[in-house]
Amino acid sequence: MSHAHADEHYLQAKGFYNWFFSVDHKRIGLMYLLAILFFFLVAGFSAILVRTELLFPGHTIVDARGYNVLFTLHGAIMVFLFIVPGIPATLGNFLLPLMIGAKDVAFPRLNLLSFWIYLLGVVCVLYALVGTPWKDWLDTGWTLYAPYSVQSSTGVIPITLGVFILGFSSILTGLNFTVTIHRLRAPGMTWHRLPLFCWAIYSASLIQILATPVVGITLLLLIMERIFGIGFFTPALGGDPILFENMFWFYSHPVVYIMILPAMGVVAEILPVFSKKPIFGYRAIAYSSLAIALVSFFVWGHHLFVSGMSYWSRWVFSLLTFAVAIPTAIKVFNWISTLYKGSIRLDSPMLYACAFIFLFTIAGLTGIPLATLATDVHLHDSYFVVAHFHYTMQGGTVIGLLAGLHFWYPKIFGKMYNELASKVGFWMLFIGFNMTFMPQFLLGYFGMPRRYYDYLQEYADLHFMSSIGAYLNGLAYLFIFGNLIYGLFKGKAAAKNPYESLSLEWTVPSPPPLTNFDEVPTVEDWTYGYASEQNA
Amino acid sequence: MSAPGTFFHAHEEDPVEAYQNFKFGMWMFLATEVLLFGGLFAAYFIFKYRYHELFVKGSSHLDWRMGSLNTLVLLISSYTMAMAVDAAQRSENQKLIRNLLLTLLFAATFLVVKGFEWIPKFNHGIYPGTDIYFSIYFLTTGLHLLHVLIGMFFIGLLAVRANKGRYNSENFGGVEVGGLYWHLVDIIWIFLFPLLYLVGSV
Ligand SMILES: [Cu+2]
Repeated sequence: MSHAHADEHYLQAKGFYNWFFSVDHKRIGLMYLLAILFFFLVAGFSAILVRTELLFPGHTIVDARGYNVLFTLHGAIMVFLFIVPGIPATLGNFLLPLMIGAKDVAFPRLNLLSFWIYLLGVVCVLYALVGTPWKDWLDTGWTLYAPYSVQSSTGVIPITLGVFILGFSSILTGLNFTVTIHRLRAPGMTWHRLPLFCWAIYSASLIQILATPVVGITLLLLIMERIFGIGFFTPALGGDPILFENMFWFYSHPVVYIMILPAMGVVAEILPVFSKKPIFGYRAIAYSSLAIALVSFFVWGHHLFVSGMSYWSRWVFSLLTFAVAIPTAIKVFNWISTLYKGSIRLDSPMLYACAFIFLFTIAGLTGIPLATLATDVHLHDSYFVVAHFHYTMQGGTVIGLLAGLHFWYPKIFGKMYNELASKVGFWMLFIGFNMTFMPQFLLGYFGMPRRYYDYLQEYADLHFMSSIGAYLNGLAYLFIFGNLIYGLFKGKAAAKNPYESLSLEWTVPSPPPLTNFDEVPTVEDWTYGYASEQNA
Repeated sequence: MSAPGTFFHAHEEDPVEAYQNFKFGMWMFLATEVLLFGGLFAAYFIFKYRYHELFVKGSSHLDWRMGSLNTLVLLISSYTMAMAVDAAQRSENQKLIRNLLLTLLFAATFLVVKGFEWIPKFNHGIYPGTDIYFSIYFLTTGLHLLHVLIGMFFIGLLAVRANKGRYNSENFGGVEVGGLYWHLVDIIWIFLFPLLYLVGSV
């Protein structure tokens, strides 16, 4: 048995026990990263199958039910196993204590417990999705809408249970991070010196704590509906499927901000470093995260504009949804102002960060016709919606995650990846992504409904183009992750602070020692005091 | 096995810091619990609005005396729990143990009364799913019951640890945080009681 030293870095520990029972936030973050990237690839592969079915009109590789199974597989794994834990559980876990000058999160054991609970949820979800004979694979779509989810003979109960368990994991992570940020900041790390990534994680954590229990109870009700026939969602028994939709979106709209806020935080960390300029509008960006978190609780009705909702409710929900645009635009303006007159270096983290701004802006702007009552009647449940949320989720969250992975890769692994290859991967992704989803805006606008396995001849060209784009998109991910994995083995050793960031996590060695800081650091200034050549 | 930073070898924390973190964390958790029940309460009000008659009729099948008794029992248990926290802060270990056990006793009384309410209903063929009112009734009281059981488990744990002399005026965080949870269980019942038992009279 080797005796570990305090200056040993966190990656040195070997063996199952040292990892699976580790309460170190960095190891837990890394285990989450492995898990969610694995599921990202699985769900990505099912997306490739979906797009293959849609290459040509009519039956291509699966029948109509098979198609339902495929998009359920894609959606459920992407949402529940990949993107909800997403950036907070991975980069958040790894960076949060380092950024605020703490040795770990507030409850290290609870943090590990969250990970174990996540794995338990994974088992349930996978059982429902692929654990049974093919004819019983879940076919409800990830939204599990009543009344179909009450009737379907597939594994609704196991997936519902699984998502409930995953929600518990998510709540505990959010709770842990909230307490960490409130209580564990190093001396001098005031709220207004807190890195913007931490503000974003903080805002997302609040949503995790306050919105997740509502989907929890909704899912419990769905289970009870199937076991006892409690009737809440069944019209014949006096219930109402719309109640399920309301309760479901009360969580599932805010959850979008659990996904996107941390990505925004990543971008806010990268832009000043690669522009050599202080972040512009620090407080505006920080408080807009909180504002988005707050408003996100009052907009769920925009998913129900055509499902039966009173005139005035629709009016109010539409107005409130527009209100989200204000804090969001505040962020975008401040990011762009940060770039203005900066001495910009276009290393790959910065490329991803800029792509985030561009793609997320498209995502945000295409949200407006969906929030508008008149246009939503036309666009609702069409490919326009599919394109819109993929611009948010992939163009926003996934690109943000990749930006963060490339930026903090040297810190996390102590190695460098090949910069040229990562740029090639970036452009493959950027082109592939836009080629996949830009045509889908048009498809939706021309009337192509989502979740259909067949389509009219007039949509064939755009569908074909979208599928080809999806293949390029998929290849890009293999290339990007291939490059990152190659760097682990063959990359040259990374310096302590290769990008000359002023943030606390770069003051410790790469990779960081197990206990992060020898001494608790004292913070004298905010983290964005960069001086460009012009200012200097 | 020397494995620093693993589950059974986590580094020691400053007890005062740990206590403050623990308390803060519990308040966050209570917020989660409120929202969990909030979803059920929302369903209650929606269906009550739609089926007022059904709710009045269903409510008349409940015995308000049993409901009142249980309200009283839980209120007293909250009091003994508060006394337990007070005893822990004063390092009065015997008093702490006594109050924890009393709290457990009242919680058990609550369960027994609940049993006397539920079992006759099952015998009369009233289940969740009988109608919307009884679905709400069984779900809300059932979820609350689950919380009572969880609370009892932790209070039992506190009693065992108190018996080992773990708590004193320097170290009473566990008792206090357990108390917070127990008060929430009580408060939720205070809301459930009038909503379920007294519908007809308002
Ligand atoms: Cu929404």
